[in-house]
Amino acid sequence: MIPVCRLEDLPEGESVRVDTTPPVAVFHAEGELYAIDDTCTHQDASLSEGWLEGCLVECPLHAASFDLRTGLPTCLPARRPVRTHRVTVDDGMIHVHLAAEEGTAA
Amino acid sequence: MRTVTVVGASLAGLYAARELRAQGFDGRLVIIGDERHRPYDRPPLSKDFLAGRADEAQLALSDAEESTELDAEWHLGVRARGLDARGRTVLLDGGRTISTDGVVIATGACARRLAGDDLAGVHTLRTLDDARALRAELTRGPRRIVVIGGGFIGAETASSCAALGHDVTVVEAAALPLVPQLGPRMAAVCAALHLRGGVALVTGTGVAGLRGSGGGGTSLPAVTGVRLSDGRVLDADVVIVGIGATPNTGWLAGSTLALHDGVLCDDGCATALPQVVAVGDVARVGGTRAEHWTSATEQPRVAVRNLLAGRTVATGRSLPYFWSDQYGARIQFAGRRHDSDTVRIVEGGIEEDGPAEGGFLALYERDGRTTAVLSVDRPRPFTRVRRELARSELLVAPTARL
Repeated sequence: MIPVCRLEDLPEGESVRVDTTPPVAVFHAEGELYAIDDTCTHQDASLSEGWLEGCLVECPLHAASFDLRTGLPTCLPARRPVRTHRVTVDDGMIHVHLAAEEGTAA
Repeated sequence: MRTVTVVGASLAGLYAARELRAQGFDGRLVIIGDERHRPYDRPPLSKDFLAGRADEAQLALSDAEESTELDAEWHLGVRARGLDARGRTVLLDGGRTISTDGVVIATGACARRLAGDDLAGVHTLRTLDDARALRAELTRGPRRIVVIGGGFIGAETASSCAALGHDVTVVEAAALPLVPQLGPRMAAVCAALHLRGGVALVTGTGVAGLRGSGGGGTSLPAVTGVRLSDGRVLDADVVIVGIGATPNTGWLAGSTLALHDGVLCDDGCATALPQVVAVGDVARVGGTRAEHWTSATEQPRVAVRNLLAGRTVATGRSLPYFWSDQYGARIQFAGRRHDSDTVRIVEGGIEEDGPAEGGFLALYERDGRTTAVLSVDRPRPFTRVRRELARSELLVAPTARL
């Protein structure tokens, strides 16, 4: 379980990068919190810096798009999903629970 | 249409093949590629691949599952030699021919060479084989490297070589690199990245020739230095020539297609022959030939639509966009800049002539309108402006072009 930030520090429409290995991106989108692997599966770019529209995040480099709920790519050039991770809020603090290394979308 | 032949098996060719199937073409699909490799992505070659941070598997643009779905007949390691006057027969190396009803020309461009560069230790960087050869050379201990050309390929290659611990000098004929792309002020800011990365930048002088020694029998002489046009000589063990690319149109010389620095096409990627379209680096679409990754992925949609329709029913002019990773900085540019535009930094700033810590966002402006945007390490606001520019471009009638 990895502490991220306080809930009030991640308003709706914002995202934050967590420097785990590999790094994770946490999003506040459509009233929910989502966590996915931060690095685009196409090429080295940080999805936490991507463009958020609803529950989709568009990679800032080549406009690949991923569904935050499933980690699945919704368009090219990405062909492989990013992993999703469980997010909880305890006493106003956001935590990420990393999916097991061998796990797929958790 | 029963057979469509895609000539070129790189980014634009693969995207064209995908579009053909996505738009309902269920006939015979032939793909011809002069390299023996399956489609791969070129941008990482000068960056993560050269620096050893990415391997060949990560360059693949497609996989076995998609290959099955595409159901195409691949001819790899085979060069197209000609297209007949009616655009119905593609002639291949070795004299084989393919009869076809439609043709997508996606033969790309090849790295420009220097006269007299046939020496061991001289490289270009365009193909996977180029990158493999250079990467192998860079692992043989510290080298004195001269990169000829300070454009994006030159700068990225220099950056990767410096990161590997080599002694690197970039030679640029113009007073500053990247002025045509970024304008003088921002070009100066980006040029500072070379110095920060420990790379020497020599500007304002061309290259008179290369020096070599040794050789004989079957082995080439090895490069020993670069002679500049101002008389100086830079010692070198490795020379990388990054002076641009030439569109691969030679094989079309016997066709009836109009060729002028590319295959001339209308705004819908269609040539004068309605069943022949062109996409990617080789295509001059509506007067512009863009060697941009994004153009190669966007043009095939329009091109294939027009190919299947038999006439131009759709046009598309996407907002130019390119990016470059060098010396740990990510440069992104989108839009259509003019020399008379003013440049305003709206986020971040400039320090010691280069980008400040945390980068910056700059807008190019004319008559109160934003024409283009440049970002160093500010991807989010860059995307916002890029999307706004793309949207406003859609509102401009196609005839109202500047």
